Amino acid sequence: MYTFSNKLKTFAFVLMALGLLGIAYGFLTAPKTTADVEKILAESHHDGHHTAAPAHAEAVKAIEEVKDAAVHGEKVSDSAVATLAATVEAHADSTATHADTTHAAVAHANKAPHNDAHKAEAHHGAEADAHKEHEAHLEHVLHQLQNKPWAALYVACIFFLLISVGVLAFYAIQWAAQAGWSPVLFRVMEGITAYLLPGSIIFLILLVLSGMHMNHLFAWMAEGVTDPKSEHYDAIIAGKSGFLNVPFFLGRAIVFLLGWNLYRHFSRKNSLAQDNATDDSFYKKNFKMAAGFLAFFIVTESISSWDWIMSVDPHWYSTLFGWYVFASFFVSGITTIAFVTLYLKSKGYLEFVNTSHIHDLAKFMFGISVFWTYLWFSQFMLMWYSNIPEEVTYFVTRIEHFKLPFFGMVVMNFVLPILILINTDFKRLTWVIVMAGIIILTGHYIDFFNMIMPATVGDQWFIGVSEISSLLFFFGLFIFVVFTALTKSPLLAKRNPLIEESKHFHY
Amino acid sequence: MSTNKVIHAIYTDDDILMDAVKASRAAHHHIEEVYTPFPVHGLDKAMGLAPTRIAIASFLYGVVGLTVAANLLNYIMIVDWPQDIGGKPSFAFYQNLPAFVPVLFELTVFFAAHLMVITFYLRSRLWPFKQAENPDVRTTDDHFLMEVAVNGNEEDMISFFKNTGAVEVKVIDKH
Repeated sequence: MYTFSNKLKTFAFVLMALGLLGIAYGFLTAPKTTADVEKILAESHHDGHHTAAPAHAEAVKAIEEVKDAAVHGEKVSDSAVATLAATVEAHADSTATHADTTHAAVAHANKAPHNDAHKAEAHHGAEADAHKEHEAHLEHVLHQLQNKPWAALYVACIFFLLISVGVLAFYAIQWAAQAGWSPVLFRVMEGITAYLLPGSIIFLILLVLSGMHMNHLFAWMAEGVTDPKSEHYDAIIAGKSGFLNVPFFLGRAIVFLLGWNLYRHFSRKNSLAQDNATDDSFYKKNFKMAAGFLAFFIVTESISSWDWIMSVDPHWYSTLFGWYVFASFFVSGITTIAFVTLYLKSKGYLEFVNTSHIHDLAKFMFGISVFWTYLWFSQFMLMWYSNIPEEVTYFVTRIEHFKLPFFGMVVMNFVLPILILINTDFKRLTWVIVMAGIIILTGHYIDFFNMIMPATVGDQWFIGVSEISSLLFFFGLFIFVVFTALTKSPLLAKRNPLIEESKHFHY
Repeated sequence: MSTNKVIHAIYTDDDILMDAVKASRAAHHHIEEVYTPFPVHGLDKAMGLAPTRIAIASFLYGVVGLTVAANLLNYIMIVDWPQDIGGKPSFAFYQNLPAFVPVLFELTVFFAAHLMVITFYLRSRLWPFKQAENPDVRTTDDHFLMEVAVNGNEEDMISFFKNTGAVEVKVIDKH
C-alpha cells in the first residue's frame, strides 16, 4: 500500500492556497469600469509602446494639418488629402497596437474632403464619431480584461480535467486492446483518473456560471445575440442557436461528464473486485465496458471539444478540431502517467515496473506528440493555404497577437520531444523523460491557452498572476486527489489475467 | 593455428540453441556464425554481438533529405523564379513554408528509408546475383546451425557440442 508522504501533501496544500490567493487577486484587480481601462491603457502606452508612439504622433499631426486646412477655409485638393490619408494609413499599419485609435484617425482624415465648406458642425460630428469609437474600444478592452481571470481559471481547469480524461482513454484502450505490458500500471492510471470527478464538478460549475452571464467567455451566450431587434444581434450565431444554446449546452456537458465518470467508477470497481475474484468475470466485464466506453468517448470527446473550446470562437469552425484537442490532452495524459509512475518507482512502491515499461510510455509520448503536430499542421496548413477570410481569421489573430506562444508551442510539442525522445537509450533514463515531459506538459498548457485566450481576452493576454495561480491551484488539487486515491488500494492488480506477462515485460 | 577446421553443431530447437550459445561462450569457444531459419529473440545478445548503428545512419540520412528538400524548394520557388502563383508569398522561404512542408517531410522519409535499406544491403553484402552462403540447406527450414572454430583438442570439442544438445556435430574443412 502507498502512503501519501506528508511533504507532498503539504506541497499540494501550499500550491492550492497560493493558487486561491492569486485567483482572488486576479478577480479583485480586474477593471470594473471603462475609466479603469482608460487608465490601464494609458499606462501601457507609456510603458510598452515607445516604438509605436512616434509614428502615432506623426499620424495625429498629419490629421491636424488636414483639419487646420479645413477650418481655415482653404480648398483642400482631393489628391492632397488622399496623400495624407495614405500616410496616415501607412502609419496605422506600423502601429498595430494602436489599430483602433488610428482607425478613428483615418476615418477622421477621410472626412476632411467633405468638410470643404469647413462647417463647424461637420467637424464636431467627426470628433463625436471618434469619441464614440473610442468608447466602443474601451468597452471592448474592458470585456477582455474582465474575462482575463475567468479565462485563466477556465484554461487551467479544462487542462487538468482533460489530462485525467486522457489517462482514462488510455486506460480504456489498454483494457480493450488486452495489452500485456501495462497491467502493472493500471493502479497508477486509476489513481490519476480519480481527479476526473472533482475536476468535472468544478468545470461544470464554471460552465454554469458562464451560462448565468457571470462572464463573457462564450460570446454566443451574451444577451440579445439571437434577437433580431437587439443591437447585439448576430445572424451567424443566431443561425447556430439550435445547437449553441445554454440549456442544451449544459445538458450535453452533464451527459458527457456523467458518462465518463460512470465508466471510471465502474471500471475501477471491477478492477478492484478482480483482485479477490475466483474467476475472470470482472475482467471480461471491464473488457466489454472499455470497448463500449471508447465508442461513447470518441463521439462525446468530439462534441465536447466543439462545445467547450471551439465555441469560444462561434464564427469559426474546423472539422478536425475534435481530433486535434484529443491528441493534445492524450499526450499530456500519457506524460502524466509516466511522471506519477517515475515518482512512485523512485520511492520504491512499484516493484515490477522496469525501464521497459518506462520505455513504452516514452514511445507513446513521442508518437502522440508527432500525431498532435500532424493534426496541428493539417489544421493550420489547410486554412493558411486556401486563405478563406471567414476561417483564416482564427490564425490571423493568433499569429498577430500570440506569435511567441503560437509558434513556441510547436517547438515545445514537436521539435524538442522528437529530438529528445527519438533515442532508445534516452527513453529509459528518468531524467530525460522528466525533462521531455515537463516540456510536453508546458507546451500543451500553452496549446490550450492558445485555443481559449485569443477569443476571450484577445491582445490583452499575459501569463501573469491570474494564469499562474490558476495553474498552481489545479496542480495542487490534482496532486492531492491523485495521491490520496493511490493510497486507497494496493499498487499492483492481483488477479488480472495479464499481470504475470506485465510483470516480466521487457523490451 | 594450423587448421581451417570448423565444427558445425546442428540443433532443432531455438531454446536449445540459445543454451548452447551461452554454454559455448562460457567455455570460451569462438562462435564464428549461427544460421537460423527465423530471427531468434535475444540471440545477438547471447552471442555478444555489438548493437547495430543503422538507426543512427538513418537519422543522418533523414537530415540530409531535409536539407536537400529545403535547398531544392528554396532555389526553385524563392531564388530562381519567385513567381506569384495564386497569391502565395514567395518573397522568403519562411513565408511560403507551410506549402513546402509536405515535400520536406516526404523527402526526409524517402532519404532516411531508402539510404538505410541500401546501407543494410551493403553492410550485409546482399545483391541479386549473390552466391548463397548456406552451409546446410536445412537451416532455412527447421534446423539451427552453430559454426565454431576448432581450437585445441578436436575430440573434446565434439563431445562438448554433443552435450549441448546438438543432433549432429560435424567437422568441416573450410577452403
